Amino acid sequence: MLKINLSDTIAAVSTPIGSGGIGIVRISGSEAVDIANGLFVPHKGKSLAERKSHSINYGRLVYKGQVCDEVLVSLMRAPNTYTREDVVEINCHGGIRAVTAVLEAVLKSGARLAEPGEFTKRAFLNGRLDLTQAEAVIDIINAKTDKSREAALKRLDGRLCRKIRSLREDILTMIAHIEAAIDYPEHDDETMTYSMIEEGVRSVTMQVQNLINGADIGRIYNEGIRTVILGKPNVGKSSLLNAVIDEERAIVTDIPGTTRDVLEELINIGGIPLKLVDTAGIRDTDNAIEKIGVEKSRKLAAEADLVLLMLDGSRELSDDDRELIALSEDKKRIVLVNKTDLHQNITAEELKGLDPVFLSVKADKGLDELYDRIKSMFFSGDIAENEEALISNERNKNSLYKAKLHLDNVLETVNNRMPEDFISMDLTQAYEALGEITGESLEEDIIDKIFSEFCLGK
Amino acid sequence: MSQLYEAESADVVVIGAGHAGCEAALASARLGLETIIFTINLDSIGMMPCNPNIGGSSKGHLVREIDALGGEMGKNIDKTYIQSRMLNMGKGPAVYSLRAQADKNRYHTEMKRTLENTDHLYVRQGEVVDILTDDDNRVTGVVTESNALYPCRAVVICTGTYLQARCLYGDTIIQSGPNGLRGSSHLSECLKRLGIPLMRYKTGTPARIDKRTVDFSKMQEQKGDEKLVPFSFENRPEDIAREQVSCYLTYTNKNTHDIIRANLDRSPLYSGVIEGTGPRYCPSIEDKVVRFADKERHQIFIEPEGEDTNELYVSGMSSSLPEDVQRDMYRTLPGLEHCRIMRTAYAIEYDCISANLLKLSLEFKDIHGLFSAGQFNGTSGYEEAAAQGIIGGINAAMYCMNKPPLILDRSQAYIGVLIDDIINKESREPYRMMTSRAEYRLLLRQDNADLRLTEIGHEIGLISDERYNKFLEKKESIEREIKRVNSVNIAPSKEVNQLLASLGTAELSTGAKLSEIIRRPEITYDLTAPIDKDRPQLSDEVREQVNIQIKYEGYIKRQLNQVEQFKKLEEKKIPEDINYDEVMGLRIEARQKLAAIRPVSIGQASRISGVSPADVNMILVHLER
Repeated sequence: MLKINLSDTIAAVSTPIGSGGIGIVRISGSEAVDIANGLFVPHKGKSLAERKSHSINYGRLVYKGQVCDEVLVSLMRAPNTYTREDVVEINCHGGIRAVTAVLEAVLKSGARLAEPGEFTKRAFLNGRLDLTQAEAVIDIINAKTDKSREAALKRLDGRLCRKIRSLREDILTMIAHIEAAIDYPEHDDETMTYSMIEEGVRSVTMQVQNLINGADIGRIYNEGIRTVILGKPNVGKSSLLNAVIDEERAIVTDIPGTTRDVLEELINIGGIPLKLVDTAGIRDTDNAIEKIGVEKSRKLAAEADLVLLMLDGSRELSDDDRELIALSEDKKRIVLVNKTDLHQNITAEELKGLDPVFLSVKADKGLDELYDRIKSMFFSGDIAENEEALISNERNKNSLYKAKLHLDNVLETVNNRMPEDFISMDLTQAYEALGEITGESLEEDIIDKIFSEFCLGK
Repeated sequence: MSQLYEAESADVVVIGAGHAGCEAALASARLGLETIIFTINLDSIGMMPCNPNIGGSSKGHLVREIDALGGEMGKNIDKTYIQSRMLNMGKGPAVYSLRAQADKNRYHTEMKRTLENTDHLYVRQGEVVDILTDDDNRVTGVVTESNALYPCRAVVICTGTYLQARCLYGDTIIQSGPNGLRGSSHLSECLKRLGIPLMRYKTGTPARIDKRTVDFSKMQEQKGDEKLVPFSFENRPEDIAREQVSCYLTYTNKNTHDIIRANLDRSPLYSGVIEGTGPRYCPSIEDKVVRFADKERHQIFIEPEGEDTNELYVSGMSSSLPEDVQRDMYRTLPGLEHCRIMRTAYAIEYDCISANLLKLSLEFKDIHGLFSAGQFNGTSGYEEAAAQGIIGGINAAMYCMNKPPLILDRSQAYIGVLIDDIINKESREPYRMMTSRAEYRLLLRQDNADLRLTEIGHEIGLISDERYNKFLEKKESIEREIKRVNSVNIAPSKEVNQLLASLGTAELSTGAKLSEIIRRPEITYDLTAPIDKDRPQLSDEVREQVNIQIKYEGYIKRQLNQVEQFKKLEEKKIPEDINYDEVMGLRIEARQKLAAIRPVSIGQASRISGVSPADVNMILVHLER
């Protein structure tokens, strides 16, 4: 359990370090104003402590005679703040030096470095956010695309809560009917028939399944489609990578570490986030004369949402190619035949059933078709875009899976014509599992589960 | 007050000799504590002032649990029943419910005889008017109306519906307890002096009618079961075999409802004379007609009150309408056209408490050695009362012996569910036990109450070594047979497939495990006997357990997983000295409830009405700091 103490004052940098024109250091707690007041030298007029709440104040931040930076300080007194505590936000120049200097000054003046997620946790604990809202905040913070932000915002206004509550209501009604028949055995008019139960449970199950499907979409919005580019050496993997990245100029983030050692890159094509996996591997090895790592390819493919399997149209299909085709057979896959600008040596017979996209990365041809293919692969079917993508985090998804499992048990019980009290047992469990999402059922380690997903400074 | 004289002293004093009081006194005395049981009238020991039966849905479970702990109710009804039925047989084994019609008079006589012949137990007629405590809020004795002081260390209040009782029908208001017995008018004042807030609840009973004036041919006969199941695990079916009497089913109709509607203004319930809250789950007939206005008829059962009487109980038609309206409405029922009333139906109002004041041991939170049980705690029903009675009695004895109290949790027994509920939930009406209140009811079956609780009863000292050893034998033979069945394979022989086909289930093409076959919906353990060559001779009860435990194994396992989750929250203890004012983020209502109820665990906190999961999370966070 994340140990927290609500009585002290916390601070953290709440903008990404090292990028952006400004950096913000946020302070929250009973001493927030005192600490900032001791550091802030106003351009003119009253000291910070004497200023009105919800004001922005221009001046310098000075620690022990040293000017840290020129700053704008937002002063927000409790309770109308994010955490419901006194909050001060110091806007300074971006860049590591200025931001760290300000943070250091604040910490040395008595604030404690906030734990990851501690600001939002305080907002939750002080009653400003309910559970689904708190989770939505995490998602907004972590959201990497606009679609994902939309889904999170939707949850923030309680749509998920209402949806789950209506499902729980349906289940409860069925339980009530079954229980009444059991507790009043003399009275037979409360009895629900198996077919009534079956119909009701099927309807709820379908809606839960839709939410689960939506959760996958939600995850994709949030984390990107895990995409791996496979292909033997020199088929043009790194050219494709560069083309995709350069063309769109849409790198959202590099995960993790330094640019030299990028393992995954998240790009955004027309609102579709792609998380390209093992990009460093592609860059390092594609030009070198190397053996194809079948085991590595297999492993990458196994973990991917999407496999882009690249073939070289100018060369004949090799055993390596065939091996790669075989190992990605069960995956969502797009076969790419590159180098269409050269003479083609792969026969149509060999490509039968692979439904490939022909392209020439070098000549910048066929990329649009690739994007269209990806879009139709992930955002088609019966899942209405946005509508069901209410769920995007693992905790909620697990609860949905649990609910689904219990509902499936109910259907099995009904099919076996077991007595109705066995039915209500699993119905109750499904009811509880759905309640975990809205916080209406109790989980012993719920707080831990939620707030461990936070990043620093939020 | 005139001069007190000092009468006999005791360890435990029980006030009231109804179903709660009898169990409390017997438990305490059987544990070796000197016990005195007071009742306003010795002729009302173990009296059944309302329905003439014991058991029924979920209540039957309670009775068997009481028996497994070493209580008396099951044995007493086995001695005095006149009809026995297992209800809910069309449903799952978790909700099979045993119910027996009692000969009311014999039930009373037998219970009185048992009390009178129990060592360390003294039966005394008299009204307790005062409970004395010392400066440390410890119980020191009780005083009766005759100014006798009985020094004691613990008291169990089991006053039922007697405190400040008044009975009502129409304009008639009688200041009396049930059945015309004298109520108790002084103890309420004493309780208020002790700082115990009292509430007003109400319940009711239907008329008793003369058997000679009833035409049974117009009603549906309901016979007892041929296959007898005793309530007490000490009895075998053959021990209790006897001639059974029948009950009869009839229905209300439009005429009945019209009469009731036309006279509602004469009911004290609707004119506002009755202040107490009645049980929603056991409504009067006028309540039913008003609340379920679109129902054309209600079931009414005609039940004999005993073999030596012509009195019949009109089950489902309790009422507080005026006597003339009662007569007219009963006479609209087929078979009752010419019936004569022997006892008028009435509503009764009485003082009781919110059990929120108690600990899980049933001791008052703020008064050491003061316990309470039964209808006084805001419940309804003989079985609910007896269940609390035995726990109250055991814990009063434990208190005197400086031993930790017996607390059953929700995964162990209906008794645990009952007590946990009344202590944590807001009390708005008399509490009735229901199977739907038990989350783990597939484990809390009436058939396995002995397997769940005999061990505990033995440990406490209410189950004899002899009975315990018999129990161990039964348990072992169940386990042995389950193990054997799990290892038996059945080959797809002609004989096997013939049997399976005749039972309407799929034939075998390859060998199968016997346990798998038993799990099929159409099959039971007993039905597979012809194809299971090495099956030993086993008793009904053992075979029943083997069948249930094999057949429903998957469900039972799932329920056991649930219990594990439940236990995690129960084991997260909340320190006694927690200050809820220091817990951040609690809503005011939750803060007040938590401070009043003082839950011992996170699990208990989560069940308090007015405390939301978000509040519980706040406590969890607080405890982690």
